[in-house]
Amino acid sequence: MKQRLSAPSDVIDLAKIPGLDAITQADDVLQIGAMATHAKVTASSLVQEHCAALASLAGGIGDRQVRNRGTIGGSLANNDPAADYPAAVLGLNAEIVTDRRTITAEAFFKAMFETALEPDEIIQAVHFPQVEQAVYLKFPNPASRYAMVGVMLTRTAGEVRVAITGAAASVFRAAAFEEALTSDFRISAIDAVTLSAETLNADMHASAEYRAHLCKVLIKRGVEALSA
Amino acid sequence: METIELKVNGRTRTVHCLPNATLVDVLRDHLHLTGTHIGCDTTQCGACTIHVDGDAVKACTVLAVRSDGAEIMTIEGLAENEASHPMQKAFNECHGLQCGFCTPGMIMSAVDLVNKGFASDPTAVREGLSGNICRCTGYQNIVAAVMQGASEMQEQSS
Repeated sequence: MKQRLSAPSDVIDLAKIPGLDAITQADDVLQIGAMATHAKVTASSLVQEHCAALASLAGGIGDRQVRNRGTIGGSLANNDPAADYPAAVLGLNAEIVTDRRTITAEAFFKAMFETALEPDEIIQAVHFPQVEQAVYLKFPNPASRYAMVGVMLTRTAGEVRVAITGAAASVFRAAAFEEALTSDFRISAIDAVTLSAETLNADMHASAEYRAHLCKVLIKRGVEALSA
Repeated sequence: METIELKVNGRTRTVHCLPNATLVDVLRDHLHLTGTHIGCDTTQCGACTIHVDGDAVKACTVLAVRSDGAEIMTIEGLAENEASHPMQKAFNECHGLQCGFCTPGMIMSAVDLVNKGFASDPTAVREGLSGNICRCTGYQNIVAAVMQGASEMQEQSS
Protein backbone atom coordinates (compact mmCIF):
# COMPACT_ATOMS: atom_id res chain seq x y z
CA MET A 1 0.00 0.00 0.00
CA LYS A 2 2.86 2.37 0.82
CA GLN A 3 4.38 1.73 -2.58
CA ARG A 4 1.00 2.62 -4.12
CA LEU A 5 0.84 -0.81 -5.77
CA SER A 6 -2.66 -1.27 -4.41
CA ALA A 7 -5.30 0.99 -2.93
CA PRO A 8 -7.89 -1.17 -1.17
CA SER A 9 -11.03 0.46 0.20
CA ASP A 10 -10.76 -1.55 3.41
CA VAL A 11 -8.02 -3.40 5.25
CA ILE A 12 -8.99 -6.29 7.49
CA ASP A 13 -6.67 -7.32 10.32
CA LEU A 14 -6.37 -11.10 10.64
CA ALA A 15 -4.08 -10.96 13.67
CA LYS A 16 -6.71 -11.65 16.27
CA ILE A 17 -8.17 -14.78 14.68
CA PRO A 18 -7.24 -17.51 17.14
CA GLY A 19 -5.03 -20.31 15.86
CA LEU A 20 -4.19 -18.70 12.53
CA ASP A 21 -0.52 -18.57 13.55
CA ALA A 22 -0.29 -22.17 14.77
CA ILE A 23 2.43 -24.56 13.64
CA THR A 24 1.43 -28.24 13.86
CA GLN A 25 2.31 -31.59 12.37
CA ALA A 26 -0.06 -34.40 11.38
CA ASP A 27 1.30 -37.60 9.86
CA ASP A 28 4.13 -36.43 7.62
CA VAL A 29 2.69 -33.02 6.85
CA LEU A 30 3.85 -29.84 8.52
CA GLN A 31 1.13 -27.20 8.76
CA ILE A 32 2.14 -23.57 9.19
CA GLY A 33 -0.65 -21.10 9.90
CA ALA A 34 -0.87 -18.08 7.61
CA MET A 35 -0.21 -15.58 10.42
CA ALA A 36 2.92 -17.32 11.72
CA THR A 37 5.74 -14.76 11.67
CA HIS A 38 9.10 -15.53 10.10
CA ALA A 39 10.61 -15.30 13.60
CA LYS A 40 8.19 -17.94 14.86
CA VAL A 41 8.83 -20.27 11.91
CA THR A 42 12.61 -20.10 12.19
CA ALA A 43 12.51 -20.70 15.96
CA SER A 44 10.02 -23.58 15.78
CA SER A 45 11.51 -26.95 16.70
CA LEU A 46 8.74 -28.64 14.69
CA VAL A 47 9.84 -26.79 11.56
CA GLN A 48 13.53 -27.41 12.28
CA GLU A 49 12.92 -31.15 12.61
CA HIS A 50 10.58 -31.40 9.64
CA CYS A 51 12.71 -29.32 7.27
CA ALA A 52 15.79 -27.47 8.50
CA ALA A 53 16.09 -25.69 5.14
CA LEU A 54 12.66 -24.12 5.64
CA ALA A 55 13.54 -22.91 9.14
CA SER A 56 16.78 -21.46 7.86
CA LEU A 57 15.02 -19.77 4.92
CA ALA A 58 12.59 -18.06 7.32
CA GLY A 59 15.52 -16.93 9.47
CA GLY A 60 17.15 -15.25 6.48
CA ILE A 61 14.17 -13.12 5.41
CA GLY A 62 14.80 -9.39 5.73
CA ASP A 63 16.11 -8.59 9.19
CA ARG A 64 15.09 -9.29 12.78
CA GLN A 65 12.52 -6.50 12.94
CA VAL A 66 10.95 -7.62 9.67
CA ARG A 67 10.88 -11.24 10.83
CA ASN A 68 9.04 -10.20 13.98
CA ARG A 69 6.26 -8.75 11.87
CA GLY A 70 6.08 -10.46 8.49
CA THR A 71 4.05 -13.63 8.05
CA ILE A 72 4.17 -16.61 5.69
CA GLY A 73 0.61 -15.94 4.50
CA GLY A 74 1.38 -12.30 3.80
CA SER A 75 4.52 -13.15 1.89
CA LEU A 76 2.77 -15.74 -0.28
CA ALA A 77 -0.30 -13.64 -1.01
CA ASN A 78 1.95 -10.74 -2.03
CA ASN A 79 4.16 -12.95 -4.26
CA ASP A 80 6.96 -10.42 -4.50
CA PRO A 81 9.35 -11.63 -7.21
CA ALA A 82 12.26 -11.47 -4.74
CA ALA A 83 10.51 -13.09 -1.77
CA ASP A 84 12.02 -16.23 -0.23
CA TYR A 85 8.90 -18.22 0.71
CA PRO A 86 7.65 -18.82 -2.87
CA ALA A 87 10.84 -20.83 -3.51
CA ALA A 88 10.14 -22.91 -0.42
CA VAL A 89 6.52 -23.57 -1.34
CA LEU A 90 7.31 -24.50 -4.96
CA GLY A 91 10.53 -26.40 -4.18
CA LEU A 92 9.03 -28.37 -1.30
CA ASN A 93 5.84 -29.06 -3.28
CA ALA A 94 3.65 -27.50 -0.60
CA GLU A 95 -0.07 -26.78 -0.77
CA ILE A 96 -1.83 -23.54 0.12
CA VAL A 97 -5.01 -24.03 2.13
CA THR A 98 -7.50 -21.18 1.90
CA ASP A 99 -10.94 -20.58 3.38
CA ARG A 100 -12.49 -22.45 0.41
CA ARG A 101 -9.98 -24.78 -1.28
CA THR A 102 -6.51 -26.24 -1.45
CA ILE A 103 -4.20 -24.85 -4.12
CA THR A 104 -1.06 -26.62 -5.34
CA ALA A 105 2.17 -24.64 -5.45
CA GLU A 106 2.25 -24.97 -9.26
CA ALA A 107 -1.19 -23.40 -9.59
CA PHE A 108 -0.71 -20.73 -6.92
CA PHE A 109 2.01 -18.46 -8.31
CA LYS A 110 0.71 -16.69 -11.43
CA ALA A 111 2.91 -13.68 -12.21
CA MET A 112 4.67 -10.76 -10.55
CA PHE A 113 2.60 -9.91 -7.43
CA GLU A 114 -0.17 -12.17 -8.79
CA THR A 115 -1.49 -15.41 -7.34
CA ALA A 116 -4.46 -17.73 -7.87
CA LEU A 117 -6.23 -16.13 -4.87
CA GLU A 118 -9.62 -14.53 -5.42
CA PRO A 119 -9.90 -10.95 -4.09
CA ASP A 120 -11.82 -12.10 -1.00
CA GLU A 121 -9.99 -15.39 -0.48
CA ILE A 122 -7.92 -15.83 2.68
CA ILE A 123 -4.92 -18.12 3.11
CA GLN A 124 -5.35 -20.19 6.27
CA ALA A 125 -2.27 -22.40 6.24
CA VAL A 126 0.49 -23.93 4.19
CA HIS A 127 1.01 -27.71 4.13
CA PHE A 128 4.58 -28.92 3.65
CA PRO A 129 4.99 -32.62 2.87
CA GLN A 130 8.05 -34.48 4.09
CA VAL A 131 11.04 -34.30 1.77
CA GLU A 132 14.20 -36.35 2.11
CA GLN A 133 16.71 -33.59 1.46
CA ALA A 134 16.40 -29.85 1.02
CA VAL A 135 18.67 -26.85 0.95
CA TYR A 136 18.01 -23.15 0.30
CA LEU A 137 20.76 -20.96 -1.06
CA LYS A 138 20.32 -17.25 -1.49
CA PHE A 139 22.37 -14.46 -2.97
CA PRO A 140 21.00 -11.55 -0.95
CA ASN A 141 20.97 -7.97 -2.08
CA PRO A 142 23.73 -6.46 0.05
CA ALA A 143 21.59 -3.54 1.27
CA SER A 144 18.09 -4.93 1.60
CA ARG A 145 18.67 -8.69 2.01
CA TYR A 146 16.00 -9.67 -0.50
CA ALA A 147 16.88 -12.57 -2.81
CA MET A 148 18.59 -11.36 -5.97
CA VAL A 149 18.54 -15.08 -6.64
CA GLY A 150 17.31 -17.77 -4.27
CA VAL A 151 17.35 -21.50 -5.02
CA MET A 152 15.44 -24.18 -3.16
CA LEU A 153 16.82 -27.58 -4.11
CA THR A 154 15.02 -30.69 -2.85
CA ARG A 155 15.34 -34.41 -3.40
CA THR A 156 12.69 -37.01 -2.57
CA ALA A 157 12.73 -40.63 -3.77
CA GLY A 158 15.31 -39.65 -6.36
CA GLU A 159 13.18 -36.84 -7.80
CA VAL A 160 14.89 -33.47 -7.78
CA ARG A 161 13.04 -30.15 -7.70
CA VAL A 162 14.72 -26.79 -8.30
CA ALA A 163 12.65 -23.69 -7.49
CA ILE A 164 14.16 -20.29 -8.20
CA THR A 165 13.02 -16.96 -6.79
CA GLY A 166 14.38 -13.46 -7.36
CA ALA A 167 15.55 -14.18 -10.90
CA ALA A 168 12.32 -13.72 -12.87
CA ALA A 169 8.92 -12.03 -12.55
CA SER A 170 7.71 -14.89 -10.38
CA VAL A 171 9.13 -18.07 -8.86
CA PHE A 172 9.71 -20.91 -11.37
CA ARG A 173 11.10 -24.44 -11.61
CA ALA A 174 14.28 -25.00 -13.60
CA ALA A 175 13.14 -28.05 -15.58
CA ALA A 176 16.39 -28.75 -17.42
CA PHE A 177 18.35 -28.78 -14.15
CA GLU A 178 15.71 -30.97 -12.48
CA GLU A 179 15.87 -33.55 -15.27
CA ALA A 180 19.65 -33.68 -15.34
CA LEU A 181 19.94 -33.99 -11.57
CA THR A 182 17.13 -36.53 -11.27
CA SER A 183 19.00 -38.85 -13.62
CA ASP A 184 22.43 -38.12 -12.13
CA PHE A 185 22.74 -36.15 -8.87
CA ARG A 186 26.24 -34.83 -9.42
CA ILE A 187 27.61 -31.39 -10.27
CA SER A 188 29.10 -32.81 -13.48
CA ALA A 189 25.59 -33.69 -14.64
CA ILE A 190 24.69 -30.00 -15.00
CA ASP A 191 27.96 -28.74 -16.45
CA ALA A 192 26.38 -28.41 -19.89
CA VAL A 193 22.94 -27.29 -18.67
CA THR A 194 22.20 -23.59 -18.98
CA LEU A 195 19.39 -21.27 -18.00
CA SER A 196 18.25 -18.79 -20.61
CA ALA A 197 18.56 -15.18 -19.48
CA GLU A 198 15.81 -14.12 -21.86
CA THR A 199 12.97 -14.03 -19.33
CA LEU A 200 15.05 -13.07 -16.29
CA ASN A 201 15.02 -9.77 -14.41
CA ALA A 202 17.56 -7.08 -15.16
CA ASP A 203 18.00 -4.01 -12.97
CA MET A 204 20.69 -1.75 -11.52
CA HIS A 205 21.76 -4.56 -9.18
CA ALA A 206 22.23 -7.37 -11.68
CA SER A 207 21.82 -8.05 -15.38
CA ALA A 208 19.71 -10.98 -16.58
CA GLU A 209 22.88 -12.81 -17.69
CA TYR A 210 24.41 -12.35 -14.23
CA ARG A 211 21.24 -13.68 -12.58
CA ALA A 212 21.28 -16.72 -14.90
CA HIS A 213 24.89 -17.33 -13.90
CA LEU A 214 24.05 -16.95 -10.20
CA CYS A 215 21.24 -19.51 -10.53
CA LYS A 216 23.62 -22.15 -11.83
CA VAL A 217 26.27 -21.35 -9.23
CA LEU A 218 23.72 -21.67 -6.41
CA ILE A 219 22.29 -24.92 -7.85
CA LYS A 220 25.82 -26.38 -7.95
CA ARG A 221 26.42 -25.31 -4.36
CA GLY A 222 23.12 -26.92 -3.42
CA VAL A 223 24.10 -30.22 -5.05
CA GLU A 224 27.40 -30.05 -3.21
CA ALA A 225 25.64 -29.37 0.12
CA LEU A 226 23.19 -32.26 -0.32
CA SER A 227 25.93 -34.66 -1.43
CA ALA A 228 28.12 -34.01 1.60
CA MET B 1 -11.05 8.75 13.13
CA GLU B 2 -10.36 5.68 15.19
CA THR B 3 -9.76 5.52 18.91
CA ILE B 4 -7.05 3.21 20.16
CA GLU B 5 -5.37 2.59 23.48
CA LEU B 6 -1.63 2.06 23.70
CA LYS B 7 0.52 1.43 26.73
CA VAL B 8 3.56 3.54 25.88
CA ASN B 9 6.60 3.41 28.14
CA GLY B 10 4.44 2.21 31.01
CA ARG B 11 1.71 4.83 30.57
CA THR B 12 -1.71 4.13 29.09
CA ARG B 13 -2.47 6.58 26.28
CA THR B 14 -5.69 7.01 24.33
CA VAL B 15 -5.15 8.19 20.76
CA HIS B 16 -7.57 9.36 18.08
CA CYS B 17 -6.01 8.73 14.70
CA LEU B 18 -6.83 8.03 11.07
CA PRO B 19 -7.15 4.33 10.21
CA ASN B 20 -4.21 4.60 7.82
CA ALA B 21 -1.87 6.29 10.31
CA THR B 22 1.34 4.39 10.95
CA LEU B 23 2.51 3.69 14.47
CA VAL B 24 5.56 5.90 14.05
CA ASP B 25 3.37 8.84 13.02
CA VAL B 26 1.16 8.35 16.05
CA LEU B 27 4.16 8.20 18.37
CA ARG B 28 5.76 11.31 16.88
CA ASP B 29 2.79 13.49 15.90
CA HIS B 30 0.15 12.52 18.44
CA LEU B 31 2.23 11.61 21.47
CA HIS B 32 5.17 13.92 20.64
CA LEU B 33 7.67 11.14 21.27
CA THR B 34 10.09 12.31 18.60
CA GLY B 35 12.99 10.10 19.68
CA THR B 36 11.73 7.45 17.27
CA HIS B 37 13.01 8.63 13.90
CA ILE B 38 11.72 8.20 10.35
CA GLY B 39 14.59 7.54 7.96
CA CYS B 40 13.63 5.62 4.84
CA ASP B 41 9.93 5.04 5.59
CA THR B 42 10.25 1.70 3.71
CA THR B 43 11.30 -0.74 6.47
CA GLN B 44 14.96 -0.74 5.54
CA CYS B 45 16.91 1.70 7.71
CA GLY B 46 15.64 0.75 11.16
CA ALA B 47 15.68 4.30 12.60
CA CYS B 48 12.05 3.80 13.70
CA THR B 49 12.75 0.58 15.66
CA ILE B 50 10.66 0.27 18.83
CA HIS B 51 9.50 -2.65 20.96
CA VAL B 52 5.90 -3.86 20.54
CA ASP B 53 4.87 -6.46 23.10
CA GLY B 54 8.53 -7.22 23.70
CA ASP B 55 9.66 -7.57 20.08
CA ALA B 56 11.73 -5.12 18.03
CA VAL B 57 9.71 -3.89 15.05
CA LYS B 58 9.96 -1.07 12.54
CA ALA B 59 7.19 1.36 13.43
CA CYS B 60 7.00 2.89 9.94
CA THR B 61 5.38 -0.28 8.62
CA VAL B 62 2.86 -0.95 11.38
CA LEU B 63 -0.60 0.55 11.27
CA ALA B 64 -1.39 2.26 14.56
CA VAL B 65 -4.84 0.66 14.74
CA ARG B 66 -3.17 -2.76 14.43
CA SER B 67 -1.35 -1.95 17.69
CA ASP B 68 -4.52 -1.25 19.69
CA GLY B 69 -3.96 -2.64 23.19
CA ALA B 70 -0.23 -3.21 22.63
CA GLU B 71 2.57 -2.51 25.07
CA ILE B 72 5.10 -0.21 23.44
CA MET B 73 8.58 0.83 24.48
CA THR B 74 10.34 3.69 22.72
CA ILE B 75 13.81 5.17 23.26
CA GLU B 76 12.25 7.64 25.71
CA GLY B 77 11.22 4.77 27.96
CA LEU B 78 14.67 3.26 28.46
CA ALA B 79 16.14 5.62 31.03
CA GLU B 80 15.01 5.14 34.59
CA ASN B 81 14.79 8.15 36.90
CA GLU B 82 16.94 10.25 34.55
CA ALA B 83 19.71 7.63 34.69
CA SER B 84 20.74 6.43 31.25
CA HIS B 85 20.05 2.81 30.35
CA PRO B 86 23.30 0.76 30.28
CA MET B 87 23.01 0.54 26.46
CA GLN B 88 22.65 4.32 26.16
CA LYS B 89 25.66 4.76 28.46
CA ALA B 90 27.69 2.30 26.37
CA PHE B 91 26.87 4.13 23.10
CA ASN B 92 28.00 7.34 24.76
CA GLU B 93 31.22 5.92 26.19
CA CYS B 94 32.21 3.94 23.08
CA HIS B 95 31.32 6.83 20.76
CA GLY B 96 28.83 4.51 19.06
CA LEU B 97 27.39 7.32 16.97
CA GLN B 98 28.38 10.18 14.76
CA CYS B 99 25.36 12.23 13.66
CA GLY B 100 23.05 10.25 15.95
CA PHE B 101 20.11 9.92 13.58
CA CYS B 102 20.15 6.11 13.56
CA THR B 103 21.01 5.84 17.26
CA PRO B 104 17.53 5.46 18.82
CA GLY B 105 16.79 2.58 16.44
CA MET B 106 20.24 1.08 16.98
CA ILE B 107 19.80 1.17 20.75
CA MET B 108 16.28 -0.30 20.67
CA SER B 109 17.52 -3.10 18.40
CA ALA B 110 20.56 -3.66 20.61
CA VAL B 111 18.48 -3.92 23.79
CA ASP B 112 16.18 -6.43 22.06
CA LEU B 113 19.22 -8.45 20.92
CA VAL B 114 20.48 -8.66 24.49
CA ASN B 115 17.01 -9.45 25.89
CA LYS B 116 16.63 -12.35 23.45
CA GLY B 117 20.17 -13.70 23.99
CA PHE B 118 21.44 -12.83 20.49
CA ALA B 119 24.35 -10.60 21.50
CA SER B 120 26.84 -13.31 22.40
CA ASP B 121 29.69 -12.08 20.18
CA PRO B 122 30.47 -9.30 17.67
CA THR B 123 29.51 -11.50 14.69
CA ALA B 124 26.07 -12.20 16.16
CA VAL B 125 25.65 -8.49 16.92
CA ARG B 126 26.53 -7.53 13.33
CA GLU B 127 24.01 -10.04 12.00
CA GLY B 128 21.43 -8.95 14.57
CA LEU B 129 21.83 -5.28 13.64
CA SER B 130 21.53 -5.89 9.90
CA GLY B 131 18.14 -4.17 9.92
CA ASN B 132 19.66 -0.93 11.19
CA ILE B 133 21.63 1.25 8.82
CA CYS B 134 24.15 3.93 9.86
CA ARG B 135 25.02 6.36 7.09
CA CYS B 136 28.06 7.70 8.96
CA THR B 137 29.47 4.13 8.80
CA GLY B 138 30.21 4.01 12.46
CA TYR B 139 29.63 0.26 12.77
CA GLN B 140 32.94 -0.54 14.52
CA ASN B 141 32.06 1.58 17.52
CA ILE B 142 28.39 0.59 17.42
CA VAL B 143 29.33 -3.08 17.74
CA ALA B 144 31.78 -2.25 20.54
CA ALA B 145 29.03 -0.28 22.30
CA VAL B 146 26.54 -3.14 22.01
CA MET B 147 29.07 -5.61 23.43
CA GLN B 148 29.78 -3.27 26.38
CA GLY B 149 26.08 -2.52 26.88
CA ALA B 150 25.29 -6.23 26.78
CA SER B 151 27.77 -7.08 29.51
CA GLU B 152 26.54 -4.18 31.66
CA MET B 153 22.91 -5.27 31.18
CA GLN B 154 23.85 -8.82 32.19
CA GLU B 155 25.71 -7.56 35.26
CA GLN B 156 22.74 -5.44 36.27
CA SER B 157 20.29 -8.31 35.99
CA SER B 158 22.50 -10.80 37.86
